[in-house]
Amino acid sequence: MAYSEQVIDHYENPRNVGKMNDSDENVGTGMVGAPACGDVMRLQIKVSDEGIIEDAKFKTYGCGSAIASSSLVTEWVKGMSLDEAQELKNTTIAEELALPPVKIHCSVLAEDAIKAAVADYKEKRAKK
Amino acid sequence: MKLPIYFDYSATTPVDPRVAEKMIECLTMDGNFGNPASRSHLYGWKAEEAVETARRQVADLLNADPREIVWTSGATESDNLAIKGVAHFYQKKGKHIITSKIEHKAVLDTCRQLEREGFEVTYLDPDKDGIIQPQAIADALRDDTILVSVMHVNNEIGVINDIAAIGEITRAKGVLFHVDAAQSAGKVEIDIAAMKVDLLSLSAHKMYGPKGMGVLYVRRKPRVRLEAQMHGGGHERGMRSGTLATHQIVGMGEAAAIAKAEMHQEHERITTLRKRFWDGLTGMEEIFLNGSEGQRYIGNMNVSFNYVEGESLLMSLKDLAVSSGSACTSASLEPSYVLRALGLSDEMAHSSIRFSIGRFTTEQDIDEAVAEIRTAVSKLRELSPLWDMFKDGVDLSKVEWVHH
Repeated sequence: MAYSEQVIDHYENPRNVGKMNDSDENVGTGMVGAPACGDVMRLQIKVSDEGIIEDAKFKTYGCGSAIASSSLVTEWVKGMSLDEAQELKNTTIAEELALPPVKIHCSVLAEDAIKAAVADYKEKRAKK
Repeated sequence: MKLPIYFDYSATTPVDPRVAEKMIECLTMDGNFGNPASRSHLYGWKAEEAVETARRQVADLLNADPREIVWTSGATESDNLAIKGVAHFYQKKGKHIITSKIEHKAVLDTCRQLEREGFEVTYLDPDKDGIIQPQAIADALRDDTILVSVMHVNNEIGVINDIAAIGEITRAKGVLFHVDAAQSAGKVEIDIAAMKVDLLSLSAHKMYGPKGMGVLYVRRKPRVRLEAQMHGGGHERGMRSGTLATHQIVGMGEAAAIAKAEMHQEHERITTLRKRFWDGLTGMEEIFLNGSEGQRYIGNMNVSFNYVEGESLLMSLKDLAVSSGSACTSASLEPSYVLRALGLSDEMAHSSIRFSIGRFTTEQDIDEAVAEIRTAVSKLRELSPLWDMFKDGVDLSKVEWVHH
């Protein structure tokens, strides 16, 4: 299968790889997918008191397109408000990375991951 | 552009230059281009002679009689001819067939077709090493079983089934036994006189011969009858019509002769390369050889790199031409049915890569591959949340995953 230049770029030089402290109250973690399906994404965001995403990190087990999708999302959400981040659509990701139809699920997973991270952060806040 | 190093000999092999040379001699006006079926002139006689020489070469490789060799277009056709041919000819005797879940699609899909025609097929599970136990065959035999079809060497994991033992069981019961030997011929010794095999499929392009060429061995004593699938001029004693492709046949014959002459030294050379490969990977955590370690063809190494997904690994191994059991490389998004049949978890199947080496693999190829594999796996594990969890001591089988 031929990969787009964008996918190869993110795959070769993934942005924001890493792990944040789960227990930090400013951190929201979204983990989606399953090993059995061939992809698992863990996306984490660090949110300022003003509700702006200051930092984002990811680790992904999956194909090149899954890695690229999550890498791209961490770049995009930095500086976004939580609401903006939740608005992020998989179609935008798929378009930016020129994903073929068979790889659309990778962008869906990235959208799910960011939504899960925001939800996790909000839940943590609500509990406080 | 630097070409990737070829590590996919189980998919196909390049034609040996010695084979190509012989083939070229059978194409042009000044060569041996005649129709082997032409009885009225020298061109035909010469072509027929070349075809019969090749038939003897293939028969010699198997320790068979040349009259038991039927030329086909490849192992897929041979499998179809053997299975459908037997089923259709012997259907009055019974309509039950036994095969295994790890057969090549050419066997599985042929059996599916026969099921649609009213035959009943039992698909046996391999053991955890990928071997079809002869006892499992014995247990599955019924009064109406007419055919057992089991492969010799598996294409994905390289394990070797005990064909001789299965043959004893089927012959004692008077059931015909077909073997797909596409992956073993020329690499693993096959002595048809000692093995009670009735039908055996071969492919030229897995043994340094041309693509589009194969053989079906059909036993004469005790005689096996087949219903032809291809009708026409009555070539190949009526079992497979169609003008014989002299250049292809000569290529397969030469490939068989070379394989027979060089099998032992090649086996030694490939064993050394294989050891070099494994030694190179020593010390890497969480890597597993899929399939039996002892009972396998040495040129095949199907390896799972736990916590790394196969397709992304392929992307990183861009200087190596290998194939993957990962779902993502196939159109179906299903991981390899062979690895699943071994009882491998989906994630282990997703993380598998098949490295297959052969006649033209060098020590330098192996060293480059080892270096590339080490770099790629450690890079991807750095990226893998599963590797993190494994390192943190999390039991991944207990995690509740969000399936999508």
